[in-house]
Amino acid sequence: MIELKNLVKSFRRTRVLDGLTLTIADGDRIALIGSNGAGKTTMIRCILGEYVHDGKVLIDGLSPRTHRTEVLKRIAFVPQMPPPLRMPVGELVDFAARVHGSDVARIRDVAQRMGLDIDEVRRRPFLKLSGGQKQKLLIAIAMGHDADIYIFDEPTANLDPAARQIVFDLLAERLDKTMIISSHRLEEVAMLVNRVIEMDRGRVVLDDRVEESVDPSVRLDALITLRRPDEAFAKAITEWGFVSTDDGLSWRGEVAGPDRLRFLGMLARYSGIIRDLELKERAIARTEGERGVVANA
Amino acid sequence: MKALLQAARLDISESVRARWFTLYALVFGGLIAVLFIFGLTESRVMGFTGLSRMLMTFIQLTMAILPIFVLLSTVRSLVGDREAGVYEYMLSFPISLSGWFWGRFAGRFLVVFLPVFAAMLISLLAGLFMGAEEIPWRDFLWYSALLFSLSLCFLGISFFISALARTSDIAQSLAFVTWLALLMFLDLILIGLLIQFQTPPEIVVGLALANPLEVFRIGAMMLFDPQLILLGTAAYIILDLFGNAGFMAYAILYPLTLGLALAGIGYWVFKRTDLP
Repeated sequence: MIELKNLVKSFRRTRVLDGLTLTIADGDRIALIGSNGAGKTTMIRCILGEYVHDGKVLIDGLSPRTHRTEVLKRIAFVPQMPPPLRMPVGELVDFAARVHGSDVARIRDVAQRMGLDIDEVRRRPFLKLSGGQKQKLLIAIAMGHDADIYIFDEPTANLDPAARQIVFDLLAERLDKTMIISSHRLEEVAMLVNRVIEMDRGRVVLDDRVEESVDPSVRLDALITLRRPDEAFAKAITEWGFVSTDDGLSWRGEVAGPDRLRFLGMLARYSGIIRDLELKERAIARTEGERGVVANA
Repeated sequence: MKALLQAARLDISESVRARWFTLYALVFGGLIAVLFIFGLTESRVMGFTGLSRMLMTFIQLTMAILPIFVLLSTVRSLVGDREAGVYEYMLSFPISLSGWFWGRFAGRFLVVFLPVFAAMLISLLAGLFMGAEEIPWRDFLWYSALLFSLSLCFLGISFFISALARTSDIAQSLAFVTWLALLMFLDLILIGLLIQFQTPPEIVVGLALANPLEVFRIGAMMLFDPQLILLGTAAYIILDLFGNAGFMAYAILYPLTLGLALAGIGYWVFKRTDLP
């Protein structure tokens, strides 16, 4: 359980967290939303024991500042901005595995699922990877060890829809864990969470439970028919991995369940040229074992 | 200990890939090469010949280059890392703050000291290979000890400044001002104090002996000029106070202690302030 009691953090004269009190129970999956400067990242850094502050932060009764290693061993963190590390990818992965007491092979497997071959980029400086590759690697490192608390600050910002689906799948495999997923936009993470906390000027302005009716691992088969082919639409829909077999008049593809609001948001921009839209849910097995059973069947 | 080694390894890995390290290694390697090319090993000045003279010149040049290089590159990379979010990410790993801080200190020390040490060693080995009559191993060991101490001292100052300064602009300015102040207190201000303000010589010599650059300079001088004739009348006070062996011990231990003490204060500040 994470307890924040009357948390106050100021930078010079600016009070970024203003008496924040919040209890996050085990198994809570929180969408932490709010505009820039709302205090999301500051709150996360306080939970990670990186800031000194007034008030209390306790994780299962332990302060992350005074019991750093015990607390941080249980946390997996992905930052909003990948750090500009010059060290090769292989060294970063080895370091992470060593300090977490986990296995390099697990990190490699998770990265592989997201389409990142660690062996291929092992010698390349982390700094030289593309934005998407960096994000995938940081997510793989976070997911590659047994954590109880996952803290993701804008986790899917640099990812393409296919990689986002994998991240949703990975998170869906850990729905019993505590998660804090920070985002500017609720629709990015709405399907993954069971609680929404909105922050504004260092305070909680909304704390609401979310109906858990959607399986995050669900995929949607989509078919879109246009009134006429459109170049801008073709560009946008291709980024989602859709293909057309009739010169851009109809498009077929797959959308991750948690991505549906985001997808519909994108389609809304082209509503004038859409004649027909079909979205059909297709359930996907969550675990490796289940996946094998489905494949055999 | 495990955390310390991991942080040290990480820092070495980061540093050797940084541009400042390439430049740093090139400067000291190049210095030795230039001294060889311009025939300093063959020259005879003030009775010093061959490799001894070359080492002496190298150490004098090092005194001018090493402190500012260590100060600027260290504060720039440490505070720059903090600003760029490296600390935010790396300190989210379960690694103790003492392991992180002292590991980086140890790693950075190796990165700073080894190129200078290697340049000196290579010059002696090259001299040996080229058939030099006498290899000054004794001087080499003393100079190595002095350089060890000077490197650690300025690294301590750098870690102290990095813990205090929140932006790389401020850190670099502080580092530069520190270096300038130490440089000014080598001669200029001390002479001014003596002449302009009639400050007692003991106080002026005391100020000089508090300056690690001056201590290094006198220590290096003492190796080829045991009576400190080049230093002038201040030599009487220093030799009366310490004696030769005593001053050499001071020249090594004082900067070492100062560097570790400042790094210790830096760690104390680091532990009690925001990490990223």
